[in-house]
Amino acid sequence: MDRHNWRSLLRPILVRLLQALLVALIVGALGFALMAALPGDQAFRLAAARYGPDMGDATAAALVREELGLDRPRAVQFLDWIGQLLRLDLGHSLVTGEPVLEELRGQLGHTLSLAAVALPLSAILGLPLGILSGLHPSGLADRVTLGLSVLLRAVPAYALGLLLVAVFSIRLGWLPPAGFEGWREFILPGLTLALGLAALSARVTRDSVAAVSTAPYMAFARWKGLPERAAVLRHGLRNAAIPVVALLGFQLIGLIEGLIIVESLFSWPGIGHALVHAIFARDVPVVQGAALLMGLLFVLVNALVDLACATIDPRRARAGA
Amino acid sequence: MSGSTLSPGKRTGLVLLAALLGFAVLGPWVVDADPARQVLAHSLAAPGAEYLLGTDHLGRSMLARMAHATRLSLLLAAVTVLSAAVPGTLLGVMAAWRGGWAESGLVLLADAVLALPSLLLVLLLVAFAPGDFLPLYLGLALVGWVEYFRVSRALTRGILAKPHVEAARLLGFGRGYVLRRLILPELLPALSTLATFGLGGAVLAISTLSFVGLGIRPPVAELGSMTTELLPHAYEAPLTVLMPAALVLMAVLGCHLLVGRGAR
Repeated sequence: MDRHNWRSLLRPILVRLLQALLVALIVGALGFALMAALPGDQAFRLAAARYGPDMGDATAAALVREELGLDRPRAVQFLDWIGQLLRLDLGHSLVTGEPVLEELRGQLGHTLSLAAVALPLSAILGLPLGILSGLHPSGLADRVTLGLSVLLRAVPAYALGLLLVAVFSIRLGWLPPAGFEGWREFILPGLTLALGLAALSARVTRDSVAAVSTAPYMAFARWKGLPERAAVLRHGLRNAAIPVVALLGFQLIGLIEGLIIVESLFSWPGIGHALVHAIFARDVPVVQGAALLMGLLFVLVNALVDLACATIDPRRARAGA
Repeated sequence: MSGSTLSPGKRTGLVLLAALLGFAVLGPWVVDADPARQVLAHSLAAPGAEYLLGTDHLGRSMLARMAHATRLSLLLAAVTVLSAAVPGTLLGVMAAWRGGWAESGLVLLADAVLALPSLLLVLLLVAFAPGDFLPLYLGLALVGWVEYFRVSRALTRGILAKPHVEAARLLGFGRGYVLRRLILPELLPALSTLATFGLGGAVLAISTLSFVGLGIRPPVAELGSMTTELLPHAYEAPLTVLMPAALVLMAVLGCHLLVGRGAR
């Protein structure tokens, strides 16, 4: 790739970096406000979290107040808070007293592994149905897929998960309803997430394939004597993939939201579950840390999608060559 | 729009929504049972003559609870959508009209809201007072206005450039007139699509957050939290778990179908 092409990649990366900064600022500001909104003296709370509930007395509170400068003006404290956040110093959990980053590290792994199962699964479910429907618009496959995807997009994710548990673990007894030890435990939460995502990607794939298969360059490829298979593989797929990959970014909002719900439903020990529980427990540093990680994850994957779009698009690739 | 021009999908959506609306408006009044009245001797009763749809684990009438819950969901969702749509639209029109720093500022604000997945932002606001109406409502409205802002800003730009609008402004017609007679009518189709879709989204979000325990909490009857409450009794009375979720499905499906097939 030459300079021209690099520059076209640089801009989206810069935009995403700005977005990451914005995420940190929003989450940090809300975290700071949440901390201030907690009832009681912050110093006592933090002292109890750091030194254990028995040590959270006036002396410890005074030490904490001194060290963290809790008697400084709010504005100064806020800047300090944001500064710590930007250095990824997320503080200690108010409940367990552990450093937030340590707690979230393990949970992030669980969340990522669930997402790593759900995304390919949704592709396996959604893409073939979408391509099949797009090649024969208003055929049987198209109509069945349409009905299914409309229904799946209207079902609340928790109800879908419950239904899958009812069928596959209670009625049929094939799969465990909860837990996270082996590969079988991944199937139901992964499937719940994947079905919701596939409902959308199947439709977009279908529309994209239908549009590309009637495009003039496809007609030309056939007319110049390319066999159907070569025309589809060489000219069709790549063009049809652009909107599908672009949609991925949009879908990831759904994935992040779905993760929060599905993890809560299946008691999956990931960040989404941690976030919901920390909100219950009023554990502000964990709420902030979990939200920050999910937000940054969202930005990161979006950046990857941007790059994928830029490399797939045949028009852009040729503009650089 | 007359009934005969509606596609079958839209007609189904309309019927679903009308049925739900009827249930929500008339249900609590017709059923005439207290959704909070417990008859422990009748807990988890099967559907029958006394309780048309059975009872929950505390012997409360499922029919009465679902009617009240549907009313609550639709009302809260409608209020949320209005609170997002009205300011969002007005700000969008204003941004396109004024331009300059006001527009840049608003666009930045909208981008800030979109920087995070919306459920995450709602959760962060709900964290201020989990289980309360107010943060839930504020969170959903705060996340929702952006869509109306972006769409109405984009459309208004085009409308303002049209010759008849330009002529009206040059002739000195007042801002109110241009807004009401020339701009809003053209925005209406897009806005109503967004609002219908948004209504379904709000019903879904409210019930989902309540299911997780962060939305509306028991003892208030809410479609999502009813499912959570009854989950431990799913073996004995699977219907009680499924029925509230089915109402959510009906509402969301109705909205999606009414918007039409190409809905994003």
